[in-house]
Amino acid sequence: MVDSSQSIQSEQLKPPITRIGVIGWVHANLFSSVFNSFLTIVTLYFLWKIVPAFVRWAFIDSSWNTTGAACRAAGGACWSIVAKNFRFIIFGFFPYESHWRPLLAMIILFTLLFISRNRRYWKKWLGYVWLSGLFVMGLLLKGGLFGLPPVESTKWSGLPLTLLLSVFGLTAAYPLGVLLALGRQSRMPAIKSLCIVYIETIRGVPLISLLFMSSVMFPLFLPEGITINNILRAQVAIILFTAAYIAEVVRGGLQAISRGQYEAAESLGLNYYQKMRLIILPQALKIVIPPSVGILISAFKDTSLVVIIGLFDLLKTTQATLSDPRWMGFSVEAYIFIALIYFAGCFSMSSYSRRLERELYRGT
Amino acid sequence: MNNERPKKNDEQLSADPIVEIAAMHKWFGDFHVLKDINLTVQKGERIIICGPSGSGKSTLIRCINRLEEHQKGRIIVDGIELTNDLKNIEKIREEVGMVFQHFNLFPHLTILENLCLGPVWVRKTPKAEAEETAMFFLEKVHIADQALKYPGQLSGGQQQRVAIARSLCMRPKVMLFDEPTSALDPEMIKEVLDVMIDLAQEGMTMLVVSHEMGFAKSAAHRVLFMDEGEILEENIPVEFFENPQHERTKLFLSQILH
Repeated sequence: MVDSSQSIQSEQLKPPITRIGVIGWVHANLFSSVFNSFLTIVTLYFLWKIVPAFVRWAFIDSSWNTTGAACRAAGGACWSIVAKNFRFIIFGFFPYESHWRPLLAMIILFTLLFISRNRRYWKKWLGYVWLSGLFVMGLLLKGGLFGLPPVESTKWSGLPLTLLLSVFGLTAAYPLGVLLALGRQSRMPAIKSLCIVYIETIRGVPLISLLFMSSVMFPLFLPEGITINNILRAQVAIILFTAAYIAEVVRGGLQAISRGQYEAAESLGLNYYQKMRLIILPQALKIVIPPSVGILISAFKDTSLVVIIGLFDLLKTTQATLSDPRWMGFSVEAYIFIALIYFAGCFSMSSYSRRLERELYRGT
Repeated sequence: MNNERPKKNDEQLSADPIVEIAAMHKWFGDFHVLKDINLTVQKGERIIICGPSGSGKSTLIRCINRLEEHQKGRIIVDGIELTNDLKNIEKIREEVGMVFQHFNLFPHLTILENLCLGPVWVRKTPKAEAEETAMFFLEKVHIADQALKYPGQLSGGQQQRVAIARSLCMRPKVMLFDEPTSALDPEMIKEVLDVMIDLAQEGMTMLVVSHEMGFAKSAAHRVLFMDEGEILEENIPVEFFENPQHERTKLFLSQILH
């Protein structure tokens, strides 16, 4: 009697088989209702149709390092277009024998970004490291010193140009956006209305029109003999555009901070700058990490719009490759390749923002 | 004993005003919140301000450190008159500590960082010294073991004690308390009041908006009763509670002391 009652008890402790393990998982996630079961079956059907065909095209029948003609004969994906034109897609018109220079610059940039991921290193020295890093990168691209032959900025193209526009665009737009948000909240009417006019004007205009303005109209207003570099003008347009969007997101964060925080800071005797820098902005910017990273990501992708004013960024060098008769018709492969590059950039931004959020919310 | 203490302290108080408010008026838009306020606070004096909600008592003490702006009359704190001059306002805020109903600790900073912020950035105290002071006051409010936690990890009573310590770290000459126990659970009120009584016994000048009659009786020199923006009655605690003069005061006391 005692034995049997004990075994019944231990049996009762286990959940039913349909709730645990593989069966339980499948039941809970794929077939929990009639509608879910239907969706699961439809999805499985499409996967069965698409995945094998894609694998066949992308891997089994594909050519990796052949000529265009051989690609056409093979029938599958022609990754050769990327392999054979790799250096042009990445570096564009930068003098061929000097490709190591933008390559080294990009390696420096990625190293710096990688180091900066860690919040423990956000100290003064990192600022100096960045400054000297930027100087070295500029020198590598521009040349003209230490025996490096000078390279016209019109020849800067491909991935380095995309990175240049994005990294400078984003890092300059963010603080400018914060300033605009603070200005919009200012009690001084002149500053406040100036910021409102700026933000609303920029947000009411597409980036393309700003880029056109900066490349076509702006030079008309300059006095004769003065020219401003085309890249710089596009860069400024991107910064001004992104900053307006950042400003509105940051303003939302500022409004989320309770009055009590302002009052506590003020009653300690902190002045305006201390109050904003030490109390309000750290909290407000933390709240707006997800939407502001969203804006930074879309700004990163928007840099590809500079093709319309004749800058050869990564997208344009790819298109140039595609206009070569030997490689015509393989646009899908080429675009998949640069899509992967853009994805790597966007995904690392978004995963870094999630990590930052986790770290910042740890204590609270 | 308790009943005698306020009288004795009254004699000790020198005529050395730290806060002087003269014929002060304030409006919120068209609404006349404070009407002809006259109040002089001596150094070391402890004043309780009570009254029904909406009577302007919080607004009154918030005018003293310029969280609210008065429109008429004069407020002089520690010899400096409050005007629109930002420098003066900041100087006065350095000398006037404030404790809020909702604590208002900085949630993104640890307790220790909360305490060191004012001394380091406003008083330019070296960090090590500021931390030493911070730990001293954390000991005083019996919470030193929580120094490295964040405000969100503390109970309401603990947070309010941290808030008091944060103000004390600035070594203020006057402390303003805006309903310091109103947002607390009953069992946490005592721990905060105990800290306030300790502070009172050390001779801190305090203006407290509160309905805590126990605190008023044991620590205050004067009780002010406010209604509809006016100071209706003012007396020493014993007299105030046992022998209220004004009808409105009697009604109010009958409602809170039942």
